[in-house]
Amino acid sequence: MRKLQIDIRNLTLQFNGKPILQDVSFQIFERDYLSIIGPNGAGKTSLLKCLMRIYPITSGEIFFLGKPLQEFSQKNLARLISYVPQSDGRYLPLTVLDFVLLGRYPHLHPFGSFTKEDLKIARDALEITQISHISQRQLSTLSGGERQIAFIAAALAQGADILLLDEPTTFLDPRHEQEVYQILKQINKSMGKTIITVTHDINSAALRSDRVVILKNGTVQYVGSADKIMDNQILARAYDKPFLFTEHPLTKQRIIVPEASER
Amino acid sequence: MKNFRPAIFYGLIVFSLAVLLLAPFIGMQSISLTDIFSRSGDQVYSDVFWKIRLPRVLTAFLAGAALAISGMVFQAMFRNPLATPFTLGVSSGAAFGAAVYVKIGLFFAFLGFSGQILFAFLGAFLSVIFVYGISRLKKGFTTNSMLIAGVAINFFFSSLILFIQYLSDFSRSFQIIRWLMGGFEMIGFRPVLTLLPVVFFGSLIIFFLTHEINLLSLGEDIALSRGSDVQKLKIFLFFAISLMVGSVVAISGPIGFIGMMAPHICRLLVGNDHRFLAPVTFFFGGAFLLFCDILARTLISPAEIPVGVITSLLGGPFFLYLLIRSKEEGVFV
Repeated sequence: MRKLQIDIRNLTLQFNGKPILQDVSFQIFERDYLSIIGPNGAGKTSLLKCLMRIYPITSGEIFFLGKPLQEFSQKNLARLISYVPQSDGRYLPLTVLDFVLLGRYPHLHPFGSFTKEDLKIARDALEITQISHISQRQLSTLSGGERQIAFIAAALAQGADILLLDEPTTFLDPRHEQEVYQILKQINKSMGKTIITVTHDINSAALRSDRVVILKNGTVQYVGSADKIMDNQILARAYDKPFLFTEHPLTKQRIIVPEASER
Repeated sequence: MKNFRPAIFYGLIVFSLAVLLLAPFIGMQSISLTDIFSRSGDQVYSDVFWKIRLPRVLTAFLAGAALAISGMVFQAMFRNPLATPFTLGVSSGAAFGAAVYVKIGLFFAFLGFSGQILFAFLGAFLSVIFVYGISRLKKGFTTNSMLIAGVAINFFFSSLILFIQYLSDFSRSFQIIRWLMGGFEMIGFRPVLTLLPVVFFGSLIIFFLTHEINLLSLGEDIALSRGSDVQKLKIFLFFAISLMVGSVVAISGPIGFIGMMAPHICRLLVGNDHRFLAPVTFFFGGAFLLFCDILARTLISPAEIPVGVITSLLGGPFFLYLLIRSKEEGVFV
């Protein structure tokens, strides 16, 4: 039995009285690869931000390793969990190495500077994600794929056991998408980190993750094994439209067939 | 860190200190080294140097350093090169506070700070909170809406200052106008001694928080996810900036655009890592305002141009240049 890492109990989030998340409960275990899917506005990003304590939760509880979220200092939380936000396209004014090095911030002593050890960890993170060659480039000059990988490298340097990713492959071309998924798989399988990723790509959620959470209008529609979601009982209810399925020619898993319209 | 270029970093600091050393010798009347220590006969030069030039040069340097480093923090916090205490109305807030103090004719001091400085600090702090509150109201606060908010706050406080002038008698009104133009016409070391501790502590807070400022320049979500306590951090920074901008405005009037030009030039030269940028901006900002003040003293000597007029004449076009550039590329620098 794997260790329980995050226990979300009856989580509710409201903005100005408007409910964003309602009564959300599920658990995340060590080395989980969990995808959160659901239609636009379902509250996927908000859920990640509640876990990172960017949004203060309205009611309910979140436990990390048995300890309530509010008992962590932001720094201690950051040692446990790291976050790769959705790209907002805004200018980021640092080089890749400096940015990844800032991932070591939660391990910094008050008023301290980064040590040789920190620098080594940052360089290792660049090595693992195979972007050492662009370490001196400005973040603003990177392609979307490189930028996303630099963010993952920074999250790795942070040394947390849990990685939150918000649509890490949106806007990426197929090759970079593949690259990002391979890095995530490596981080999950060989480094033993827990991956929690928000995605719109239902196929990849089913093929790549162990477990899936489906959100709709702020409530949990499904929590469970990723193999079982390819079913209109589940998906059509969540997305208000039926899907057509076929079999993956190599793995024989069920996948969604893209819509074809008559020409 | 390959990105750190020691030649440029130390070069800029040495250059700035050299400007500070030479500045008191430059003016309508050149003064030589032997003059200032002369004890025999005519002591005019020595008096000019010790009682007028040196205090003025030191005040201008401290003011420039404080305005530049405050501008640097605002640029990082709002992630925009056009966001500075001057453009967002914080200087106007401080000016209003100081004008209120002049108008009500109270004279008091608290912990060694004059009432005018305390009023200017309160005015500055009020407008900082105001600007930040507005920027939080709307998600995805764009450059345009931020600048418009700044313009609105500037208008608001300018009208209040006009109102105070209208209520004041002629001489006091002129006093306020002249002060609003910005300048360092002063005698004696009092302003220096007032500014020194404020700029020292304000800058010290900022120097200690350069990692955190780096994180803020990446956005609040990233700063939080790296473990920075963003709310507490912002209160510290707002306090330091209000203190420095308030004191400078109370002493020299609202001098514009130093907080935009100096950090921007330094960003181009040393990059955006605030660990290196903060000290360079501090010294370069001081030298930059000092340079403007030398122009103010000498361009049409024996008369003087208010230094605020010089910085605004330089800053206006600079502002437009940044605005046009930032529209094209949406960049930070």
